[in-house]
Formats: sequence, C-alpha cells, structure tokens
Amino acid sequence: MDCYTANWNPLGEETFYRKLELYSMEWGLREDLRDCVVAAAPYGGPIALLRNSRRDKTPGARPILEIYSASGLLLASVPWKSGHLVHLGWTAGEDLLCIQEDGTVLVYNLFCEFKRHFSMGNEVLQNHVLEAQVFHTEFGTGVAILTGALRFSLATNIDDLKLRRLPEVPGLQKPPPCWAVLSQDRVTVVLLAVGQELFLLDNTSCSVVSPPGLSPSAGPFLHMAVSFTHRHLALFCDTGTVWMGTASLKEKFCEFNTGIRSSPKQMVWCTRPRSRQRAVVLAWERQLMVVGNSSECIRFVLDEDSHLVPELDGVRILSRSSHEFLHEIPEASQEIFRIASMAPGALLLEAQKEYEKESQKADEYLREIREQQLLPEAVGQCIEAAGYEHEPETQKSLLRAASFGKCFLDKFPPEGFVRMCQDLRVLNAVRDYQIGIPLTFTQYKQLTIEVLLDRLVLRRLYPLAIRICEFLRLPEIQGVSRILAHWACYKVQQKDKSDEEVAQAINQKLGDTAGISYSDIATRAYDCGRAELAIRLLEYEPRSGEQVPLLLKMKRSKLALGKAIESGDTDLVYTVVLHLKNELNRGTFFMTLQNQPVALSLYRQFCRHQERETLKDLYNQDDNHQELGNLHVQSGYGEKRIEGRVASLQSALDEFYKAKNDFAAKATEEQIKLLRLQRHLQEELDKPYLDLSLHDTVATLILDGHHKRAEQLYRDFRIPDKRYWWLKINALATRGDWEEIEKFSKSKKSPIGYLPFVEVAVKHHNRYEARKYAPRVPPEQRVKAFVLVGDLEQAAEAAIERKNEAEMSLVLSRCSAGTDSAVAEKLNRARAQLLKK
Amino acid sequence: MAAHLSSGRVNLTALREAGRRELREFLDKCAGSKAIVWDEYLTGPFGLIAQYSLLKEHEVEKMFTLKPGRLPPADVKNIIFFVRPKLELMDIITDNVLREDRGRSPQRDFHILFVPRRSLLCEQWLKEQGVLGSFIHREQYSLDLIPFDGDLLSMESESAFKECYLESDQTSLYHAAKGLMTLQALYGTIPQIFGKGDCARHVANMMIRMKREFPGSQNSIFPVFDTLLLLDRNVDLLTPLATQLTYEGLIDEIYGIQNTYVKLPPEKFAPKKQGEGGKDLPTEPKKLQLNSAEELYAEIRDKNFNAVGSVLSKKAKIISAAFEERHHAKTVGEIKQFVSQLPHMQAARSSLANHTSIAELIKDITTSEDFFDNLTVEQEFMSGIDTDKVNNYIEDCIAQKHPLIKILRLVCLQSVCNSGLKQKVLDHYKREILQTYGYEHILTLNNLEKAGLLKPQTGGRNNYPTIRKTLRLWMDDVNEQNPNDISYVYSGYAPLSVRLAQLLARPGWRSIEEVLKMLPGPHFEERQQLPTGLQKKRRGGAGSRGRAMPDSFAIHFLKVLRELLAFVLFSYTVLLGALLLAGWTTYFLVLK
Repeated sequence: MDCYTANWNPLGEETFYRKLELYSMEWGLREDLRDCVVAAAPYGGPIALLRNSRRDKTPGARPILEIYSASGLLLASVPWKSGHLVHLGWTAGEDLLCIQEDGTVLVYNLFCEFKRHFSMGNEVLQNHVLEAQVFHTEFGTGVAILTGALRFSLATNIDDLKLRRLPEVPGLQKPPPCWAVLSQDRVTVVLLAVGQELFLLDNTSCSVVSPPGLSPSAGPFLHMAVSFTHRHLALFCDTGTVWMGTASLKEKFCEFNTGIRSSPKQMVWCTRPRSRQRAVVLAWERQLMVVGNSSECIRFVLDEDSHLVPELDGVRILSRSSHEFLHEIPEASQEIFRIASMAPGALLLEAQKEYEKESQKADEYLREIREQQLLPEAVGQCIEAAGYEHEPETQKSLLRAASFGKCFLDKFPPEGFVRMCQDLRVLNAVRDYQIGIPLTFTQYKQLTIEVLLDRLVLRRLYPLAIRICEFLRLPEIQGVSRILAHWACYKVQQKDKSDEEVAQAINQKLGDTAGISYSDIATRAYDCGRAELAIRLLEYEPRSGEQVPLLLKMKRSKLALGKAIESGDTDLVYTVVLHLKNELNRGTFFMTLQNQPVALSLYRQFCRHQERETLKDLYNQDDNHQELGNLHVQSGYGEKRIEGRVASLQSALDEFYKAKNDFAAKATEEQIKLLRLQRHLQEELDKPYLDLSLHDTVATLILDGHHKRAEQLYRDFRIPDKRYWWLKINALATRGDWEEIEKFSKSKKSPIGYLPFVEVAVKHHNRYEARKYAPRVPPEQRVKAFVLVGDLEQAAEAAIERKNEAEMSLVLSRCSAGTDSAVAEKLNRARAQLLKK
Repeated sequence: MAAHLSSGRVNLTALREAGRRELREFLDKCAGSKAIVWDEYLTGPFGLIAQYSLLKEHEVEKMFTLKPGRLPPADVKNIIFFVRPKLELMDIITDNVLREDRGRSPQRDFHILFVPRRSLLCEQWLKEQGVLGSFIHREQYSLDLIPFDGDLLSMESESAFKECYLESDQTSLYHAAKGLMTLQALYGTIPQIFGKGDCARHVANMMIRMKREFPGSQNSIFPVFDTLLLLDRNVDLLTPLATQLTYEGLIDEIYGIQNTYVKLPPEKFAPKKQGEGGKDLPTEPKKLQLNSAEELYAEIRDKNFNAVGSVLSKKAKIISAAFEERHHAKTVGEIKQFVSQLPHMQAARSSLANHTSIAELIKDITTSEDFFDNLTVEQEFMSGIDTDKVNNYIEDCIAQKHPLIKILRLVCLQSVCNSGLKQKVLDHYKREILQTYGYEHILTLNNLEKAGLLKPQTGGRNNYPTIRKTLRLWMDDVNEQNPNDISYVYSGYAPLSVRLAQLLARPGWRSIEEVLKMLPGPHFEERQQLPTGLQKKRRGGAGSRGRAMPDSFAIHFLKVLRELLAFVLFSYTVLLGALLLAGWTTYFLVLK
C-alpha cells in the first residue's frame, strides 16, 4: 500500500490527480486515431470510428464505420456508403448520429443498424456543413451546424426536431477558429470567437461579450471548452494563456499560461462535482497538461496519438493501445490514502490491517479513533472511498475496514454499507472487459440504475440485466419484465426461426410475468412483417383492449370481434362491429353477426338509434316477425295521416300472424277497426276522436249523449259487461245525467252490484241520488254504503243485524258525540252483547 | 360535509375523495376559466361527489345544459363537455362545436370528459363528423359507483335493467365490474364472490378477467369486505313490485327520492310566522336532502311507517322539554350552557317539524281506502291467495282507469307470485289494458313479457309456493313496532333478495339448492386469492364461515332495492317503445 499514492499528481495544495488504466485496448487499429473520425459516448459509452476517411482519398475505397465497446471489443461494423461525413456524435440514448456534408443526419443504433434520418434544412443543404457539434442539454440531444455560408443552424432536440437558424455574425469572413454551444437558463446559445472578440448568438441577436479579468496581453482565442454540466467555460489564447471561468462570463476562476502558443488538439474540463479545484486538460500531439488554480501544472507525455472524452467527474483518454481515466482524487480517498494521514478513515484501515496480522496495534488505532468519537465518520469514510476505487482488491480492503469498524458501533445504520456493496457488485460487473462499460460510482449515481439497465438492454446483454434486477430485487415491472419485453421484441426480429418456435420461446421465458405487454411485442412482430407470429403472440395477451386494435390493424377483424366480446367491453365490440361494417359487404357482415349474438344485439341497438331501415333487414334475416311487427306498430304511430297509420298497422298485423301471435294480431285488427271508426265519428260529429283508447272513445260518446253509438261499440268490441257498467255510470255521473243512470240501473241486474252507484254519486257530491241505491246494495256491503251516504242510523241497524263487530266499530268511529249519541249507544249495547256471547 | 358517508360500517369517504381528486386533476389540466356543458343526466350523480363550490374553486364560472344549437356566449377560456358516451349526445356536441363562432376572440378551447368511460366508438363518430380535432383534452371520469350514504353505493344507471334484459346490451355490467375493481383497489380484494343469475355471472367473469389483466398489481390493502354477493334483478322481481312500508320507502313511493333529494308539495311547509298571515304560499316544491347525516331521519328512515308516529311524538316531548330548560337556567354559567346548545336544538326542532309534516302528508295517503285495498290485494298475492284467476280489484281499477303504472305493478306482481299467469288470464288482462289505456301499450306489454315481469305459465307448474315456504317469504306474525325480522318492511313479505343474503351468511346456500334451481340463471361461488399476510386468521375450526348476518345488514341491503323502486315509479314515460321499467340489474352490497 506504500505505493498507492505513487500515481497521484498534486495540483496546488489540496488536490491530486491520477491517471489509471481502464482497459488495454485490443481493437488492433492499423491507422492512427488522427486519421479517423472518432466519437465516444459519455458515461463509459461505446466508441464510433470512421476509418480511412481522411487519408485515403482514392475513389472507390469505401470508409468503414465501426463501433467498439469502451474496452475495444468490436460491436459491429459496416462499410460507409452514404455521403461525405463531417461529424460523428452520440445521443443520450446511445444512438449514433452521422452528420453528412449535405446536412443529412443519419441515425444508427449501437449495432450499426440504420434507424432513421433527418435533414438539417434547405439552407444547410445548399451551403453544406463546415463543422458540426452534438451537444446534450436538459431538452435532450441537439445538433449545431456551421454552414458554408458561415451561419449557424441548430436543433436542441433531435427527437422533436425544430430547426433554428441563428442570426448572422457581423463581419464574419472566414470560419471562426473556435465555437461552442452553451445552455443557459434553458436557452441554447452559440459562443464563437473571431480574433480577439467573443460573440454570443441567441435566437434573435448577436452580442459581443468579454471574459472578465482576462489579461490584456492575451491574444486571439484559438480554442474553447464547455464543461460537462455547461456551467464552466475555458478559453485558450494564442499567447498560451488559458482563461477559466463561468459559462455565463460573469466570474473568472483563474488564468494559467501554458507557454505553448500552438492551439491544443483538444481541450476539455476535468472536474469532479463539488470540487474546489476546477481544472482543464489540454492535449497536444505529444503531451497532456492539467492546469487549474495553481502556478504549477501537471504534465504527462503522450506516447501515442490520443483522444479525450469528457466525463462528469474526469476525462477518459483513448489511444491505440490503452484506455485510461484521468480524474481528481475524491476527498474521502485523499483523507484515507494521503501519506501520513491521521484521518479517522485512514486509522480505521490501519487498525483493520493490524487486526488481520493479529497485532495489538489494532487496538491502539481503534482506541485513537474512539477517543475522538469519530468511529462513525471513519466507517462512513471507508464506505465512501470504496466507491471511488476501481480495483476490487482495494474496494474489498476498504469495505472490510468499514465492516470491522461497524462491530464497535451500536445501531450503525447498515443501509449505506449494504447499498455500497451492491452498487460495487453491479459496477464491477459492467466494468468487466467483456461488457466494457467503465462507469465510475459518481457517474453511476447520476445515470441511475434504470438507465444503466436500458444501456445493457441496448447492448442486448439481457441475461446480465436480468441478473442485476434480481440481485437488486427491483420490482418486476421496472426490472425483469421490462427487460424480458425488450428481449422478446428483439427475438421477434430473428428471421431464421419459425413463428411457432419464436412464439413458444417467448412465452416460455415470459409466461405471465407482471407488466409484460404481449401486444407491444406483437406490434413489433407485425412491424417486422410477421403477421402470423403477431397473432400467435397476441394469444398470450390477457388484455383484450390491447389485442383488438392490433388485430384490426392486421385486418383480422373477425378474430378481433371474438376478443372484443370476450372482454365484455361493449365499446370495444361496437368499434369492431362498425369496422366490420365498412370492411365487409352487407351480406357477409350480417352473416358474421349471426354467429355473434352479443355483437348482433349491440348492432341492433346502434341501428335503433341510427338506421331504422337496417334494423328491419336484420329482423327479416332471422325471421323475427314479432319484432318486425313491433317495429311497424312503432312507425305507425310516427305517421300523421290516418291512412299511413292503418297501412303500418296492417303490415304489423301480417307480421303478428306470421309470428303466430294471435293475441297481438287480433288486438291489431281491433285497433284498425277502431281507427276507421274514429275517423268516421270525427267526420260525422266534428269532434276529435282519433288517438283515444276504446274506453275513452266510448266514454266520450256517452258524455256527449250518443248512447246508441256507445252501445254499438260495446257490442262490436265485446267490452266486458263489468267494465262497460263502470264506464257508463262514471261517464253519466260526470255529465250529471242522474235520470239516465237510474234508467240504466233498472235496465237489468247490475254486474258490478250497486255499491259503485253509491260511490259514484257520493264522489259527485250527490247524496240524494246515492241514497236511492243504498238499499239495493247486498247485505255484506250495505253498512259501507250507508256510511257513505251518511245514514248512520241505517248503517248501525245493518251492522247489528249482521252481528259484525268490525262493522259496528266502523260505524261507531263515524259517530260524533253530539248528534249521534243515540246511535252510538245502541251500537255499544249491541257490541257488548255480542262480546258477551 | 360528507358525514353521512362515514356513518356506515365502512367508511365510504375514501371513495368519494378519490372521485373528487380525479375531478380536480382533470379541471386543472384545462388552465384558465371554464364553462361546463352538462349532460343533464349527470348533474345529479355529480352533485353527490362534488358541490358547485369545488368546481368554482377550479375556475368553473358557468354551467350549461347540453342541447343542440349554438353555445351560449360566455367569456371563458375553456368549454368542457361532461357527457355519457352516447352517440345521440355526440351529435349534439358536434352541432355545438360546428356552430361555434370561429371569429370570436379569444377563442374558446373545447374538451370532453366522458363519464364513466372513454369510448372509441364516440371518438370515431366525432372523427367522422370532422370535429374530433377540436377537442384538446379527451378524458374519462370513472364515476361507476357513487357513494350515496354510509352503506349505499349506486351506479345511478336508470336504464340498466332495460338495456340488459330488453336490448341485450351489457354495457352497464361492464361499468359495474369496473366500479367493483375500483372499489377493490381502495378497500382491498374481496376474497369471496357469490352470485345468482346470468348477469351476475357475467360481472364476476369480467372481474376475474380484469384482475388477470393486471397481474403485477398485487393489492396490498387489507380487505375491508369479506364477501361480495351479486344478484340479478330478475332473480327477485317481486320485491320492487310490492309497496314498501318503511318511512323512507313510502316517501319514495309517493314522492320519489332522486339522488337523495325529494321534492314535496309546499303547502305543509309554509313558514308559520305570525303577522304575515300566510298570504304568499310558496309555490315551488320544497326540496329536502335525505340522508343519515340528519340524526332524526337516520333513526326513523327504516322504521315501519306505523312505528314512526310514536317516535316523532316522543322526540317532540324531549325537544320541548329541552327548551323549557331555559326557565330553570339561573346562573350565568347555566344560561351560557343553554345558549351553546341552542343551535343544535334548533336544528333538531326544524328537522322534527319537517318530518312531522312529511309524516302527515304520507298519512293522508296511507289511510285512504284505495291504498288499503291495493295493499290487501298485494298481500294476498304474496301470501299465495287466488293468484291463478282474474282479480276483481284489478278489473275494477282498470274499469275506473286508475293510473296504468298501478295496474301494471299489480298484474306483474300476480304473474310473479304465480310463476306466470294462465294464458286465458293473461290475455284477459292484456285485452282490458289495451282497450282502456290504448292500443299502443301493446309495446309496453310486449316489453314486460320480454323482461319476464309478465309471462304465461309454462309447464303448468307454480313454483312460487315452494319458494315462498322454503325462503320464508311470508311471515304472518309481524311486529311493526319492534321488528325482529325483515318482513316488517312490507308488513309481512320478506324480500327474496334479503332472504338469499341471509341464508348465504348462515347456513350457506347449499341448504337451498332446490329453490336456487327454480330461480333463473346459474348460482356460483368464486374465490379471489389474497397475498399471504392479508389473509384473515380463521378463528375456530373449518366450519367457522357461517357467521350470522348482522341485524342491520338486512336493512342496508334493502336500501339498494329502494333505488329500483324509485325508478319504477318515476322513469315511467311510456311513449311508444320507451319502457316502464328501469333500475338496477345487478345490485350488490357487501357482507361485512
């Protein structure tokens, strides 16, 4: 461990930088990097190379586009057949953007598979692309272009392409030596240098800006660099001076003179988040320089041509033979590993080592920490520092120290320790050379596990992704099932396997894992032209709502209909039915419905509101004469003219006969008869009779004194006697024709008895008439009749005669104390007598 | 404000809150001032979820009723249509949108809120009319089960019965299943489902299917409900046909309770203040809300009407005694205490006054001879007397042209109590009705037959007596004042659905297999797996399932039936084709 700090290089008092090798590259490049167009994605992403592009100008020799993992394993390659390529860049989703001279941007995935293309507009097409940059902001991945007309065009989000042409820069005669895209307060602007001046281009204007505190001696700007977070800006002047400050140009951090006047090949920021030191790395042909707020700088010799990749917390350095990472040593690591450090973490690490050696010094160290009450800090420091280490051995020794320290603490929350162990396990797994994602702990936390899983999925590393999900116990929907779904979507594209095989393989793996959408997978299969496979896959989809739209899209409407019915969602059924209606000819459509009663009845409903005629056809088809009859009745009542109505009813009549519904047929026949009669009456008596029921027709006739005619109807329509009697006395009473009532009551024996006569008369407040009929009421109703007419005496007599106690009580309850005391007394006596027995 | 919802065995406020939250979220999506265009049918149910004040807080400035033509002018940024997904309504909306003045400024944005479910069909329809693009937000508001009272949820779907049984349109069943899924999401998975009838089976199937559609979403809420019982309306057609005799039941029979509100004739409620001399009698009907939040109402709503009078007079004595207290209050402290109770006492007094007035109104009707005769016939039928021949009272009523609804209820009741009528009897009634009320009712009668309410007896067997005896549907000794059996609500008849629920609780349906077979549709039982940890620890041995049904349950159950009655009476707008019966197809309550 003595040599642990051997590769630490101090910058100023406080900070150290180290360069460590991530991978030795085995990509076997024959040409120098400088002869290729290179682009490496941040967060340990893949590397794209376009070889042979610059040197070999012989026509016919096609350049080759290659994509490597960060460890130099070839992922895919493809000969470049399109136009002249100006720039390569990666999107945040790890798609490769290839920007051509004509402004066309081709999008490829990690495996050199073409995805889509878009254009940066006509202006770019005409004037060609001089230079291009790909940049990342909170809006997504953007592209900025400097055209041959020295104008800037940019799109801040290529997934929602909105092209912006920035205003002209006054006096710009030749391409600026350097420019960069800045994102400030959610606005994307371009900063460019023209000689000694800086211009800021926003959507509408171009303004001159100047960096505060820049030495007056500094000459024209040759290079500029924006930090990973868009917060910082570095400027390189031709005097060799580097100015560092905020991107808003409001504050200067420091200035450093490199003593080299030629423009560096690359200049990038190398700062970890929340560090006090802010440093910039400059690369020339043969040397690398780290400069910051210090009079000294760190120099490295470059043996090989190198390419710098800025990261959130450092810089990756790519060369033909190696892949290195240059970064500032985080505080926790410094505290622990700095020579002669007395920090609690350092002591704890020592203590643990002594303990392993079974030396009593362990106790001394431990005591020292505990006396200062710093053991929790010590454990925390060790855990944190473990995260920053790349070597599993060092990670382990730090974690062992933390674990050792934890033993001497009560109630130290274990989560931090456990989580760090898990995170490191994941990180070590993805850093493996076979996988080749050299994420640092800081980057990993920034990226989040979900995105990391996405990236594994993009690389088709499904098993590893699933293992990680299982290891971290992620919920199925976010974890395993999502990955399986991606896997399945990839699987359906494998054309060499039969539909049957693929479908089975997918179902075997996926089963009914939570959150799997078989319809998404099926959609993908369909998009790949595998309709049969899509149908097979849809069979596994439990949600009919998801099955139906795709089936319709695939023109499997009948299958869709079955699924819709299964779901019970009538809206879905309707949708399919109407779809079928447009798709099929009428005959086939009806036949299809015949076999699906649910759909048929829904369609009938639809027709009832929208297409009545179709409804008739439907009923006709299945010989449903009853419903046809009903329809005719209904439309008959919509007719204003009586002829029309009769005609409709006549049709209804025929249908009812066909339906063997004799009752309805007869009733309809009667109704036709009645209608004709009513028309006749209407003409003759000049009074509206139409639309009255038979009952009301007869009643109206009686009211108007046409007794003969009423009698005729009573006979013609065979109105039951009882009802006719009720009807007649009610109507006559309303007319006040008591004479006629009396005549009627004597015409023959009343089929409804004589109580109704009493009731009707009382209802019309004619007690005199009522009294006439009371005696004719049979004995069992007589008490009630006398009570109604108000003859309590007779009522009492009748009740006593019948020896009915309930009736006596009824009469009694009507007796008022003053006037009817005699009756009441009589009743009470009779009742008492009755009860005695 | 929602006190009535928390009074039951299960706190339904959560359901209401969920509904309110969803509404707020939608309103906030449409930034700026808004006007709501209402599908009139929805205003009642929405009132139970959110009052106008909530809408106002979210910048709803105007409300209109949906009707064809140009929308009224209103200076708002957003016009939101609250509608059911029906094509007829889409046509109206299309008309509204097409007539909107494009030149007006500022332009108004359109949105649609589908209740309870967004519909592809409607959107397709709007698309064909070329207006779909005019709507910025098209969303759905899953108002399936509306909390009515502490123990009552309703779908407020008045046409459900008609749709299911006459038109074979099972849309409302789909909504019911969805609603039950929402209920389960809030109150935990219900471990057992029992059911009887085709529709019930269909709903249960859909629920099981919906659960399978989201296998990942394991519900981790401890189940509040033990059992779900689904019953088809046509299993028990009898109950809604008979006249209810509880206080609330009678209010409903006579005046109709809609969305918990009742409109009453104003005369009895005239302010009795001296000096005004009663010169302006109010002409507007008096509108009262009836729910358990009102202490007195909660006490008397489920009493047999014959027992209500004594409670009211007892209450009157207590209240006047309480007011008398003031004469005894001597010290300042006592007076202060008295005054602090005053608002509560005054509320109690006005509540008492209201209910006394209502009781008087009802009494006028229940003491009439006609009410009595009608009830006698009903009870004869239900107890199985003379159900197989033409009834004189019904004939007389027809002859005197009593309201058709009354006749139809009686005839249907007789048909149900006789497992259908003899063809001759049926034809006689039908002929009488057609001749008296008009031929066009041939459609009404046809619809009743299709729904099974009226039918010819087939096979010549009358099952009703067996059903009545096995399920003890008729009780001769009814105690109306202090009831010990549910039959008191009909003064003799114990509702069939309640009996089914009671028997399910104990001893289980296995004991009545025979009768279940006589009722229409299959009966079934489903169990829904609960995650371990949520399973209830069973007390005792294997046979501990049969817990007795709590006394109050039967009543709770009845409130569901009550809904149907309201509809029977008030959605009766027989014009050709339109139909008399509406209401619930599948109603459910939950055994706790």
